[in-house]
Amino acid sequence: MVPGALFHFSWLKIPANRIDFLTFVFSAAIVLVGAVNVVRQRNPVLAALSLVMTLFGVAVLFVEQQANFLAAVQIIVYAGAIVVLFLFVIMFLGVDREESISEEPLRGQRFWAYLLMALTFVGLLLAGLGSRFGSGVPSVAGTLNDNPAHPRSATPDVVVLGKSVFTTYLFAFEITSALLVIAVVGAVVLARRPGAGPLAEEDDDEVEVEVETAEPEEVST
Amino acid sequence: MTALLAATPAHLTVKIAYLSILPMLALLGGALVILVWSSLLRRPLETVWITSLTVLAATAALVLSLMQYFDVIHHGAHVAIDGAIVSDGFSAFVAVLVSAAVVVAALVGDGWLQQETIRGPEFHVLVLVSASGAMVMGAANDLIVVFLGLEILSIALYVLAAFNARRRQSGEAALKYFVLGGFSSAVFLYGIALVYGSTGTTNLPQIASYLAQNYVLHNGMLLAGLALLLVGFGFKAAAVPFHLWTPDVYQGSPSPVTGFMAAVAKVGAFAALLRVFVSSFGLLRADWQPAVWVIAVASLLLGASVALVQRDIKRMLAYSSINHAGFILLGLQAGSTKGVEGSLYYLFAYSFLALGSFAVISVVGGPGDGRHGLDRYRGLARRQPWLAGALALFLVAQAGIPPTTGFWAKLEVLQAAAGAHSYALAVIAMLSAVIAGFFYLRVVVLMYSPAGATGDGAATGTIVDTVEPARAVGDEGEPVGVAPGGEAGSGAVALLEADTGESAEPLVIPGTTGIALALCAGATVVLGIYPAWLTDFAHQATLLFHP
Repeated sequence: MVPGALFHFSWLKIPANRIDFLTFVFSAAIVLVGAVNVVRQRNPVLAALSLVMTLFGVAVLFVEQQANFLAAVQIIVYAGAIVVLFLFVIMFLGVDREESISEEPLRGQRFWAYLLMALTFVGLLLAGLGSRFGSGVPSVAGTLNDNPAHPRSATPDVVVLGKSVFTTYLFAFEITSALLVIAVVGAVVLARRPGAGPLAEEDDDEVEVEVETAEPEEVST
Repeated sequence: MTALLAATPAHLTVKIAYLSILPMLALLGGALVILVWSSLLRRPLETVWITSLTVLAATAALVLSLMQYFDVIHHGAHVAIDGAIVSDGFSAFVAVLVSAAVVVAALVGDGWLQQETIRGPEFHVLVLVSASGAMVMGAANDLIVVFLGLEILSIALYVLAAFNARRRQSGEAALKYFVLGGFSSAVFLYGIALVYGSTGTTNLPQIASYLAQNYVLHNGMLLAGLALLLVGFGFKAAAVPFHLWTPDVYQGSPSPVTGFMAAVAKVGAFAALLRVFVSSFGLLRADWQPAVWVIAVASLLLGASVALVQRDIKRMLAYSSINHAGFILLGLQAGSTKGVEGSLYYLFAYSFLALGSFAVISVVGGPGDGRHGLDRYRGLARRQPWLAGALALFLVAQAGIPPTTGFWAKLEVLQAAAGAHSYALAVIAMLSAVIAGFFYLRVVVLMYSPAGATGDGAATGTIVDTVEPARAVGDEGEPVGVAPGGEAGSGAVALLEADTGESAEPLVIPGTTGIALALCAGATVVLGIYPAWLTDFAHQATLLFHP
């Protein structure tokens, strides 16, 4: 009945849900293959697309942890927006340029990178295994919704997140709009051409403004 | 709409105490009004109007923050918007200071924009939004809100640093500031994550109560988070060893922006630093005080000694601002109410000194804002007595000579340090004040010395100077020796001619910059003669410190 029953993973001592396990193995493989591809690909576009693959695999892992909202955000923001941004940059800089991944600008950088990576990995592993490393309790913050009256299964995480965005983090959420204002104004400032003198710039401004605001001016008069 | 609201469960709606956020809303609202108005017009909006609107918005914010202050006095401090913002004397003090700084910065910026013939509302809009970020940092009650305030403050500053598109150094400064600032923001965010991981909350009072109720046995993660927070704040406040961006960015940014940056970025960073460390992590005082001690000593000594050998006045003031950061850290290191009070007072005094000094520099820098060699200040008093007088006042005040605010500021933090029994730190601070006094007074002497026994080109960077012993000491490190005699003399004459040709053009003080200078000078002198007003304000602000 359960497809997982076809396989016998008794040597792995998997007690509970095999679908969970299979999903994990499958998506972990996707994540790893994608990650290795990001580093190994010579073509930057393919490397970026491999990154999408990794991010999708991570999204599946999030779903498996019942973090549905996080999975959706992972796909929309990372796979959707950020990788597209990468691709834009790659296209601007030239797609046809292949990186030579074997040359070393710094002597022995490969060796040190491997060493550093290995150390980080071992460190993370140790920190994860000895989970009392931080503050004496394995999980300080608890689950997303640790209200005993409403157990976790009763409220989906989107509801919990929505609640906290509109209560605890309401101000943080709203004040972020100031960052958007800065982004718009900053883009205008940085994209503006220097202009040799006052005259040239004045002309420039006038033309642009006229084109843009002809309509609202008519409305107001 | 009302039906929907009625149907919403009560726990989902947050009561918003508007008075606690009105000052920042005034600044943001002013920015939006300027943007919308200028985009609706057929012709570019005159800079005069933009400046007036900015000053209006900042004055409104000033009045509102004073109202908030009196509200706090009568009704006590409280948290607002579900604990994201705190309305207490401290936040009101910061709001008052920031809005006053915006008034001055907008006026100075107006003069500079007209001098550079740059039109458009962007400068003032960015100043307003950036200042609102500093205000958010002063009122933040949650590490996430602190971070957002920090980002709003700094991202607007990155753009402002690049504002002078005709000057290559401006873009360079912005890029350096952006890359290093982005890095330090990431460090700061990581610090927040570690603190969250070890206390289970990002809310500042909740962190304090968690630490009060639980003894954290394995506190490696907590201390690491604390250290990363200190690094992030130290970067924004330009404290050694996180100061490396300061001289280049201060030198490259347009002068009014540098003044604004020196004043408001420091206010924001130190406000949040004081609140987070003293109120939330006050119980871990024994852990962070040594680190702050080291940073303070390094800032005090390095800032003062490296400023001695600078030839560019903006670089010199950059190192002097590092020195001032060390003084402000004295108050934090004390970790007491008195310390916070001293730091607040120092921030207030320093903000106006920095704004005023850089206002003078932006005038002396001339069109193009490029000439900032110390030699341009030789004999300034004869050409521009008022300008020279104002700069002399600001420099003397920064050196800590009574009766100016600078003196009382140094006195306050030194008293706090002595009160906390950090006598060594107080002695080092006084020593650095002596060193710093030397280079401040050197510029003052330079301005009041007669123009031109010998001259040298700021552009070539070589220094031919036999008149002043003070300068000679500063130049000792220079491998190119001072060569008195015919060869150097003739070179000097040639350069002198070029120089006088340059300085013969009259320096025009724009009216708005004049007003700004008068405001800064007035604040420095009046509050220096009647220090009780400001000390009372700072004292009340710390008494009404929320947790």
